[in-house]
Amino acid sequence: MKAFRRLRRNFEHGVHPAHHKQQTENLPIQRVPFGKDYIMPLGQHIGIPARAIVTAGERVLRGQMIAEPGGFVSTSLHSPVTGTVKEIGDFRGVDGRFAPAIAIEADAFATQQVDAGTSIDWEAMSQEEFIEAVQMAGIVGMGGAAFPAHVKLSVPDGVRIRSLLINGAECEPYLTTDHRLMLERPEALLEGAEIMRQKLGAEEAVIGIEANKPDAIEIVQKHIQPGAPVRVVPLKVKYPQGAEKMMIKSVFDVEVPAGQLPRDVEVNVNNVGTIVAIADYFLRGMPLIERVVTVAGPGVTYPANLIVPLGTPVRDVVQFCGGLKPGTREIVMGGPMMGRPIASLDVPILKGCSGVLVFTEEQTARRREYPCISCGRCLEACPYFLNPSRLARLSKSRMFDEMKAYNVFDCVECGCCTFSCPSNIPIVQLIRTAKDDLSHRKEPDA
Amino acid sequence: MKKRDPDLLLAHAPLLRQGMTTPSVMRDVLIALAPATAASMWFFGLSAILVLGACIGGAVAAEWLFADKQARGDSLRDASGILTGLLLGLTLPPGLPLWMAFLGGFVGIALGKVIWGGLGHNLFNPALLGRAFLLATFPIAMTTWVPAVGDGGFLQIYPGNLALPFMQAQVDAMSAATPLGLMKFEQEVTPLANLMFGKTTGSLGETSGLLLLLGGVYLWLRRDLDWRIPVSILLTVVVFSAVLGLFDAERFPTPLFSVFSGGLLLGAIYMATDPVTSPVTPKGTWIFGIGTGVLVMLIRVFGGLPEGVMYAILLMNAATPLIDRYTQPRVFGRGGDTK
Repeated sequence: MKAFRRLRRNFEHGVHPAHHKQQTENLPIQRVPFGKDYIMPLGQHIGIPARAIVTAGERVLRGQMIAEPGGFVSTSLHSPVTGTVKEIGDFRGVDGRFAPAIAIEADAFATQQVDAGTSIDWEAMSQEEFIEAVQMAGIVGMGGAAFPAHVKLSVPDGVRIRSLLINGAECEPYLTTDHRLMLERPEALLEGAEIMRQKLGAEEAVIGIEANKPDAIEIVQKHIQPGAPVRVVPLKVKYPQGAEKMMIKSVFDVEVPAGQLPRDVEVNVNNVGTIVAIADYFLRGMPLIERVVTVAGPGVTYPANLIVPLGTPVRDVVQFCGGLKPGTREIVMGGPMMGRPIASLDVPILKGCSGVLVFTEEQTARRREYPCISCGRCLEACPYFLNPSRLARLSKSRMFDEMKAYNVFDCVECGCCTFSCPSNIPIVQLIRTAKDDLSHRKEPDA
Repeated sequence: MKKRDPDLLLAHAPLLRQGMTTPSVMRDVLIALAPATAASMWFFGLSAILVLGACIGGAVAAEWLFADKQARGDSLRDASGILTGLLLGLTLPPGLPLWMAFLGGFVGIALGKVIWGGLGHNLFNPALLGRAFLLATFPIAMTTWVPAVGDGGFLQIYPGNLALPFMQAQVDAMSAATPLGLMKFEQEVTPLANLMFGKTTGSLGETSGLLLLLGGVYLWLRRDLDWRIPVSILLTVVVFSAVLGLFDAERFPTPLFSVFSGGLLLGAIYMATDPVTSPVTPKGTWIFGIGTGVLVMLIRVFGGLPEGVMYAILLMNAATPLIDRYTQPRVFGRGGDTK
């Protein structure tokens, strides 16, 4: 039975949204021309915000470090353009709140060339030096979480990493950044994989790719040197195949125990974009100053896969794609299942932003909510085997404490429950409300 | 001049949905019941239309009357009231006085759904609650079965239908016994073919087993149905009868007879599967189905009544919250078996 399950390369439950990738999957990555204004928020990764090390009026070069890590769980920032620091102040962020950021005005006549080509002798580096180098390169998880990459590399004593798992699932509909990267830069991916594998001391690197990208599977497979400890594992097309614990279950048939990390099952998971960023830094000396972004959705005139310098306002990106179509109702950063809506076109592209999706009436129409009829579809959708129906009921009654007994904190907010609900109940939103309330609640003084 | 940015919504992800909605599920069930409903009209003529219509009328009337003004449209739009009325009607004898049918539909919604807080909150299946009410209140009318009119009598109306409220219903000269009644009280076995195609005495919807199965397959294909419930009920009944058959093949019904007689298919496919009143957990639905199957056979074989589907389902409805509580799914990464 177990052997049979392994053949299926699958995790249990999950949902099958239409993948909508036709819009951009065949469009080569192109570069967005440089604009004028760039905004680099200091807290664009998970953890402590970075600390600015430049002052207003200072001239900066593209690729120059402008902010240093604020602590261990923090990373550095580099200027995406050659230009002048205009201001260090509060700017509106993706979540709508004002937060400290460095505003840079690009030099109109700069070539915007990076002093590239200088590879770094990573092989000679010790483990600590390597981790510090990754932190100094500003590399974070590029799949969307933006968790500093070096933190995952620092494995405590006694823990061994057996496999480096590279996440090429890209299970969110519409997004095609990882897909295009694998097609266009398979060498960089494999180079980065080798660096990471060696530095982690892992036996093998495994690249998990959803089966709806047969071209990517083929190309990556073709580039693997015979005998190299790398293999490609095609995965069933299912959301959320790219959630790291789901992918570990699919590839290795192991469940990461609740509350623990992939390293507890001897696996390190990294996104395709992160691995390419590693290769770009160690082989070409380029820190994280730009990323690939999919601009798609029914409201965008010319969908595209773009290399966008970090800090570029969404407005410039959208304009490059021919602007918004009439009837645009909502813009989401990230995928349609877990992305975040933005309130203004002036917010910048961040390290964790894999997509700018423009939606119209059809996706955003207010859906009439019906009572829960306990059909159980959400239970069969939840990849964590929670009882979303019960959680939503409790949340509606504001019985947040009771929700802990139903493991509300195991929820990763993938949205499968809301997707599957025939009564249009905003289940995951109700769960988020409860989690927020529970985690921000002040404990009474003892 | 600078073009104005569009006003942006901030609706939270996920923005995508699977296409199904609660009203569409209800409509699918109505479609699935269409062949069996048509058959009831074939076998029982105009009486079928009248009785089903009275039930639906009663159900919708209660739905309309007890909903508050703003929500009135909503509760009618989801089509669940119509479905309750139709399901109730299909379980009634064709010769039942129409006012009773209307009252059954009304009580089913009022006591079976509205007082619990409306759709999604009720403990018991409203249609079966309406039927239980009728059976307790009008035991004679509810157990007076008439033979099918057969071919050509579509315009015929059973005289019982037209009885006036609270007057003694006329005792129908043509009364007959159902296959289960014949089995229980006279040890007479009805041929299986009649059970499958519907040439038997019985309630409006229970006569044609094959058409009910057909609707079930449709619902399963449309993914509107939790297949575990009908499968576990029917398997339990088959196994139970097969085991009884080992003891005394003469006295006890054969598995196929058990499945196709009475209201079992109607109950197992369309009533026990009511999502509101059945467990929500996968493991729970198996327990629910097996429990229903066992109760059906216990009542049929050892109880005082020839048929037990209604009480079996209602009893298991009552157990549903308890089943749900003790069959919560195992959480990912917390050990133990899946499912």
